Amino acid sequence: MEFAELIKTPRVDNVVLHRPFYPAVEGTLCLTGHHLILSSRQDNTEELWLLHSNIDAIDKRFVGPLGTIIIKCKDFRIIQLDIPGMEECLNIASSIEALSTLDSITLMYPFFYRPMFEVIEDGWHSFLPEQEFELYSSATSEWRLSYVNKEFAVCPSYPPIVIVPKSIDDEALRKVATFRHGGRFPVLSYYHKKNGMVIMRSGQPLTGTNGRRCKEDEKLINATLRAGKRGYIIDTRSLNVAQQARAKGGGFEQEAHYPQWRRIHKSIERYHILQESLIKLVEACNDQTHNMDRWLGKLEASNWLTHIKEILTTACLAAQCIDREGASILIHGTEGTDSTLQVTSLAQIILEPRSRTIRGFEALIEREWLQAGHPFQQRCAQSAYCNSKQKWESPVFLLFLDCVWQILRQFPCSFEFNENFLIMLFEHAYASQFGTFLGNNESERCKLKLQQKTMSLWSWVNRPSELSKFTNPLFEANNLVIWPSVAPQSLQLWEGIFLRWNRSSKYLDEAYEEMVNIIEYNKELQAKVNVLRRQLAELETEDGMQESP
Amino acid sequence: MLIDLSEEYKRMGLPNNYWQLSDVNRDYRVCDSYPTELYVPKSATAHIIVGSSKFRSRRRFPALSYYYKDNHASICRSSQPLSGFSARCLEDEQMLQAIRKANPGSDFIYVVDTRPKLNAMANRAAGKGYENEDNYSNIKFQFIGIENIHVMRSSLQKMLEVCELQSPSMSDFLWGLENSGWLRHIKAIMDAGIFIAKAVSEEGASVLVHCSDGWDRTAQVCSVASLLLDPHYRTLKGFMVLIEKDWISFGHKFNHRYGNLDGDPKEISPVIDQFIECVWQLMEQFPCAFEFNERFLIHIQHHVYSCQFGNFLCNSQKERQELKIQERTYSLWAHLWKNRADYMNPLFRADHSQTRGTLRLPTTPCNFMYKFWSGMYNRFEKGLQPRQSVTDYLMAVKEETQQLEEELEALEERLEKIQKVQLNHTKVKSKPSEPSKHSGFSTSDNSTANTPQDYSGNMKSFPSRSPSQGDEDSALILTQDNLKSSDPDLSANSDQESGVEDLSCRSPSGGECAPSEDSGKDRDSDEAVFLTA
Repeated sequence: MEFAELIKTPRVDNVVLHRPFYPAVEGTLCLTGHHLILSSRQDNTEELWLLHSNIDAIDKRFVGPLGTIIIKCKDFRIIQLDIPGMEECLNIASSIEALSTLDSITLMYPFFYRPMFEVIEDGWHSFLPEQEFELYSSATSEWRLSYVNKEFAVCPSYPPIVIVPKSIDDEALRKVATFRHGGRFPVLSYYHKKNGMVIMRSGQPLTGTNGRRCKEDEKLINATLRAGKRGYIIDTRSLNVAQQARAKGGGFEQEAHYPQWRRIHKSIERYHILQESLIKLVEACNDQTHNMDRWLGKLEASNWLTHIKEILTTACLAAQCIDREGASILIHGTEGTDSTLQVTSLAQIILEPRSRTIRGFEALIEREWLQAGHPFQQRCAQSAYCNSKQKWESPVFLLFLDCVWQILRQFPCSFEFNENFLIMLFEHAYASQFGTFLGNNESERCKLKLQQKTMSLWSWVNRPSELSKFTNPLFEANNLVIWPSVAPQSLQLWEGIFLRWNRSSKYLDEAYEEMVNIIEYNKELQAKVNVLRRQLAELETEDGMQESP
Repeated sequence: MLIDLSEEYKRMGLPNNYWQLSDVNRDYRVCDSYPTELYVPKSATAHIIVGSSKFRSRRRFPALSYYYKDNHASICRSSQPLSGFSARCLEDEQMLQAIRKANPGSDFIYVVDTRPKLNAMANRAAGKGYENEDNYSNIKFQFIGIENIHVMRSSLQKMLEVCELQSPSMSDFLWGLENSGWLRHIKAIMDAGIFIAKAVSEEGASVLVHCSDGWDRTAQVCSVASLLLDPHYRTLKGFMVLIEKDWISFGHKFNHRYGNLDGDPKEISPVIDQFIECVWQLMEQFPCAFEFNERFLIHIQHHVYSCQFGNFLCNSQKERQELKIQERTYSLWAHLWKNRADYMNPLFRADHSQTRGTLRLPTTPCNFMYKFWSGMYNRFEKGLQPRQSVTDYLMAVKEETQQLEEELEALEERLEKIQKVQLNHTKVKSKPSEPSKHSGFSTSDNSTANTPQDYSGNMKSFPSRSPSQGDEDSALILTQDNLKSSDPDLSANSDQESGVEDLSCRSPSGGECAPSEDSGKDRDSDEAVFLTA
């Protein structure tokens, strides 16, 4: 297919662009295969470059011969284009609609994007499972790398390499896979070096109504326990939901068959409930007509912060089991690709200082989200403005980022990255020139040959010039476990995401700049003083040498 | 430290051709709740003032609150006129005329009644009310609906109940916050202040503000507007002056409002609390605009109620004079000034654009700009506050920067000396001094030292707030008890009241919340498991 077929009118003059907090700009609108561009041909700062894949929905309106297209983006921005001429407007609108909903992944921008920067480190190879495993292998010999899923034959949503208990062979893993939803047998997610406790994750056990059991599954899980120790299974569903799952062949671990494990049910929402919550929240943030009370009411009615609280509480509970109780845990919900990953990754943010560094956080996303098979392609296909009621669209990853932001807000000095880093990840998960978030799992990425055909987000992010934008000036390495508060008073709306286009951030940006300046100046002085001290010391020893003979 | 308001009026540029100091209220002859020193328009004779005062509730005649020297516009304040349904007063009309004439740049003045229209109309039946535009020449009359002290009292009550809920759900909290109406009231006060600041700075029009008696809503609104208009009030000293001027000198009834003495509970209302919160809301939006930090506000609020200093005793200047408050008590301002290092906003810079001129807020009403102030209303629950303070971290950096600057200078000096000495081939050996070891910020040392204890202490916040548990109040009660029984020496309890600044919390990286008893922990978590399983 040629993009040209989709572009009915490639260019329209005298288009007026309206954006909040900017004066209207008149210019020429151009459509390319992947971008919508508006150029005033005067000043570069006024140009609009918008990825079609960032467009979530469009509305069109006509007043006489003047057409208006309102573009609602996946990053929640809303822009308006006034286009003279009804035909041009209709053409542009239908072209945008077609180009923003391409049906083939290989037509997406990452397959066409050629980087304008020098690649210092290829991000596709920055976080290899073998390297990650090495970090553990110095501390423990109880685990091994398994290549049982090399051809994605055992579990289509797992990566080729997983970490499993050393005492369990691949044959047993294959058997366990048949007992777990989607073949997602329990694998190591995190090893707590401090006390050797672990977080494992999996899909739900397929006990069904008959209470089916699997000896290998029981053996695998028990293999992770030290002698005489007990562990916790955290089911991210309520007991009720978990019981209902049995009717569909799913279920949960029966105490009788897992006597050393204690099951805890938490209730984290999933799928369309989260999507509806996002839609309501963004609607409330965009509606500036109502009074103070209605605002709080709408914020409440969206339930967004309730989800945040629920996810954070579960993650804290998991971290508490590991660090305070000294107990290993297994986490799963139904598929083990959504709420499970929210909990395992947030628990690591709490427990593991490395995951609060830029590198470590990237590794966490690579390991716990991308390789762990969170279906980004499905979940992030649409955002807050879409009307489609598809079951698989859900802001699971955004909720995770929001939870990280909540912890960052409570521990502003404990993260190497800043809020902009989280915002950037949100943007790229929904629309990007990079291939990182394409596909639903490693198997699909492999088939798409993303490594060969697209650029990794990390290749771009991990360059010093980019990193400097994402580095938190307040960061002081902190080796401690950080326990966030999950009280409603401590949780806030993430304004940097949800009010980003609805308020001016000028004064806040100035404050950030001021903060950077204060710290930079301090470092500068520190450097100067060090130089002088050294100089002085040299002069003084010279002095002494001259004197001593 | 005594604040001299005549200095403040001088700073505003008074007296001048249009405004003069009036002695009409000498010995509180005209109005016993006003100060003796007042600025009035030059053309307002004693006859006019006295006449006007007879037409105003509690004889609180229009007097100057703030003069904007850039364009001669002013903010004046008074109480409501005794207009009833039709009464007029020539002198009062002349008084407003005089205010208008004192501003050659505008041919009208705004009269802002900060009450809801309904309340103002109800007052007419009691022979009070509001200005009739037909009787006063060239006024633009405006209602701004700020509710009365009784509504505010119950609103705060409701909000505090929400804050004290045991393990509330997100919905409980947000619903409760909304139902309390508190943030709506804060917004109403801000709206009024913004309206006046815009009228003065953008339209160049003078404004007369009143409510009923002109000592609650009027004080709030005048001081918010002044704060928006004049960067001086956004400094540590200027803020003290502002409170001294608009609240203390103009007879805000501290004894009644804050229940300093056993009195009528219906008189109690968080009027100045709301003003202080407005300032905090502004600080959140303009982080570089204020010289002081959140702690400063919290400490002032605390001392409005503490009765530890004389500033906030009594209901009027006259009462304070009779009791010789100035001779017999200490001033809070001196205390705050002495400890000013604790109250500084590290992001404040005198030459920053936010510290100059008027603070401009967006004209479109953004409701989400007003947020729940957890640092104030949950200040005793440290576990709920951010565990690392950016303010304290930056202050530590700045302090170190200052030391570095000094050291740099000293080093340069010595280097120069040695080089000179060497050039002269003299063999006088300067003492090699050990370079003082810089340990980063005191805070980072703390954190490493704290590590082991912190592991036991850092649990508190999580289990205590987990929804399945209810055993969380020990910490809260403990801090409150400390506060109550605390030694009257301010420096001792100032740490507890703000709830954010004891040493362990000051450390940005040791921020694992304050050490708390670990004993109940295991039981807690077992319970959690049990309840949820």
